[in-house]
Amino acid sequence: MDPLEALLAQIQGLSSTSSDINRLHTILKQADDSLRSESTRLSPILTQLDPSIHSLGFLYILEASMPAPVTKTQAETVVPIVTRFIGACSTEQIRLAPDKFLSVCRKLKDQVMLLEAPIRGVAPLFTALRKLQVSVEHLTPLHSDFLLLCLLAKCYKTGLSLLDDDVFEVDQPRDLFLYCYYGGMICIGQKRFQKALDLLHNVVTAPMSTINAIAVEAYKKYILVSLIRHGQFSTSLPKYSSSAAQRNLKNFCQPYVELANSYGTGKIAELEAYVKTNAEKFESDNNLGLVKQVVSSMYKRNIQRLTQTYLTLSLQDIATTVQLNSPKEAEMHVLQMVIQDGEIYATINQKDGMVRFLEDPEQYKTCEMIEHIDSSIQRIMALSRKLTAMDEQISCDQLYLSKAGRERQRYDFDDFDVPQKFNI
Amino acid sequence: MDADDETSGPMIDEIYANGGGGDDGEKRSRRAIMSGDQLDIEAYAALYSGRTKIMRLLFIADKMSNAPTQLEALRMAYDEIKKGENTQLFREVVQKIDGRLGPNYGMDAAWCDAVDRRAEQKKEKLENELNAYRTNLIKESIRMGYNDFGDFYYAHGQLGEAFKNYVRTRDYCTTSKHIIHMCMSAILVSIEMGQFPHVTSYVSKAEQAPEALDAITVAKLRCAAGLANLEAKKYKLAARKFLETGPELGLHYNEVIAQQDVATYGGLCALATFDRAELKAMVYFPLSTCLSRLPLENIFILISFLPFPSHYASCLEYLGNLKANLLLDIHLHDHVETLYDQIRHKALIQYTHPFVSVDLNMMANAFKTTVAGLEKELEALITDNQIQLIVGGTCCTLQARIDSHNKILYARHADQRNATFQRVLETGREFDRDVRSMLLRSNLIKHDFNLRALRKL
Repeated sequence: MDPLEALLAQIQGLSSTSSDINRLHTILKQADDSLRSESTRLSPILTQLDPSIHSLGFLYILEASMPAPVTKTQAETVVPIVTRFIGACSTEQIRLAPDKFLSVCRKLKDQVMLLEAPIRGVAPLFTALRKLQVSVEHLTPLHSDFLLLCLLAKCYKTGLSLLDDDVFEVDQPRDLFLYCYYGGMICIGQKRFQKALDLLHNVVTAPMSTINAIAVEAYKKYILVSLIRHGQFSTSLPKYSSSAAQRNLKNFCQPYVELANSYGTGKIAELEAYVKTNAEKFESDNNLGLVKQVVSSMYKRNIQRLTQTYLTLSLQDIATTVQLNSPKEAEMHVLQMVIQDGEIYATINQKDGMVRFLEDPEQYKTCEMIEHIDSSIQRIMALSRKLTAMDEQISCDQLYLSKAGRERQRYDFDDFDVPQKFNI
Repeated sequence: MDADDETSGPMIDEIYANGGGGDDGEKRSRRAIMSGDQLDIEAYAALYSGRTKIMRLLFIADKMSNAPTQLEALRMAYDEIKKGENTQLFREVVQKIDGRLGPNYGMDAAWCDAVDRRAEQKKEKLENELNAYRTNLIKESIRMGYNDFGDFYYAHGQLGEAFKNYVRTRDYCTTSKHIIHMCMSAILVSIEMGQFPHVTSYVSKAEQAPEALDAITVAKLRCAAGLANLEAKKYKLAARKFLETGPELGLHYNEVIAQQDVATYGGLCALATFDRAELKAMVYFPLSTCLSRLPLENIFILISFLPFPSHYASCLEYLGNLKANLLLDIHLHDHVETLYDQIRHKALIQYTHPFVSVDLNMMANAFKTTVAGLEKELEALITDNQIQLIVGGTCCTLQARIDSHNKILYARHADQRNATFQRVLETGREFDRDVRSMLLRSNLIKHDFNLRALRKL
């Protein structure tokens, strides 16, 4: 019988119970190479298989049938098949062959980008991601691909919903870097600057033995976002960041560090002049939009400082103090800050041309505030529990014990009795 | 407060009388040298002796743009130098005079050569003596020898050498009198050299001497310490030191500082840094007892003015008048601006302190300035508050907000409850963030470590 036909029969037969599936898995692994050689003949076979029941088999055949470089027409036909598969496949069977699944999804991403319709890949990848994840805190390589597609398709909200999950387990550091970098960019797009800052901070301070390009790009954005959010930036990285990062990151981001210094002086004219002279550098990094946001944030910060000093102030005075061109511009800025951003509290009296700055009306007496505080407390308690659990886990870890066992102080005879199997 | 009112009454008249420029004979002995009038150089120079007199005269000559007074100062400097043996300074002064004072005040080369020759001879003699003493190993003579050397170098203007020699006597000091003598000489030279860290260390050394010091030395040490603090911009400490100097100082330390200067420096620094309670304790009560024996220093009268709101303007105006003469003082000129700014800020803040709201128009009148200018000043004070909380140990902060429309200043009291809530939420958020990134990082490290371990296996 044609080996492919045999294989097909086996797939159809052995896809019911978990022991059968394990046998199927071994068979498929052995048959992998032969499948690859017959890649052109595989597409009709796929039609005979049901993705939800025969997921493992379907996966192997699908993966083998997708050669790496693909033309547009081919992509057109393949993409719907893959999409349907991802939607229908069963999670346990997929988890037996995760790398195959990954490569299928990767190829989907490439094809979707080739077709220049990244939005077609967003939903499938999201489902795929959720199926592959062992737990919500697990970071798969698909996360970064998904976020990349979200960015390209401008579906920021879907990307943001993924970012709300906290990630703790990571397979590959590179995945994390890309995930945080793309995640940071999505948050910037949605103007959630604090979250962007956290994500970018994770990239910049992650342990790495040598600098990689992702960290450099992330650092550039980190400088800009921290200027927008906090109005200041310190070039010293925290102690826990890797020494490679501490030494070298600054050298690659010189124009940005100087921008931060110029921002620190508080003079808008200087800042704008600096931006103009270095516009192409920022442009080449695709950061010019962000830099412009930095400049406008300076106006906001100056106005905010005024709220601390004045109860009422005329629009004319605001315009002169903050170095705007006219009272009308001042009015626009104040309106924007009050209504859109909710950053200051003020009322404008147009008859007198006066702005009255109000105190933050939050009294911390409402039920919502109590709930907010309560949920924060719960969250933090959960985090501490997690921290203790992780500590216990590491203390029992074999590698840790062997290393600690070798290097610890020996005060007593008993201390010399480290069990043999821990002395690797 | 009533008692102060009564004493301030006649004092007000005194101040205005002096400001009018009248030269009242009976008050001459108590008239301040530092007044709003043109500086009387002769009287000023009469307060000092020795090298500091020359340096002060030269400093005044440099700073003065007024030619006749400049020449007057240079002439006096020339005369003073000729009495001593410092040819280096002599050459400098001659250059500065530039022949403007006639042939009597030109370059006297003969005198210079004679002095130099004498110096050479004296130096050789001293060296021989010192060597003889050293071979004989008589401690006291060696100490005297080094001392003489120090004096010799000091007279000739070689301050570095003088300092070294004075310090060398330390090893041969046997009694605490010797130690004190060494410290005083070292302090003198350090002040002349402008190296005030040395001054501080030698002052503390002298104060640690086992025997009790006599009152004059104590006073001298306090002055020196005050000067060192002044140079280090520690105005509050300087004020304390100067005010602790008793009247026993008299004319004993006029190779460094005049009693007037002690009062001036002390008064200014106190005005700039003390708050009302401290001023009362350290200045008023001593004022009524021993310090009033000092030659009158109008500044002390000023201090009594400060609590009374209606007098701020005249007080500040008077200080403004004094400024020109204070800038001629060799130790104070760098600090005049800073001290004046601090005094002004303190006055502004003290004015607003008791009120919930203050009308800016009235305040501008009290300080004799425009409303716009006042607004700018207040704005600067309020903004500075956000950056640094306490200045010089006193609370120099302004917690207020300005109603620019109605020109009113409202005091603002921080709402502790809201502030606490905000801080709590913020801390919670930070903790959350930090722990999450920590867990992530530890995971990465574990992963990396696992990889490496697996590779080794």
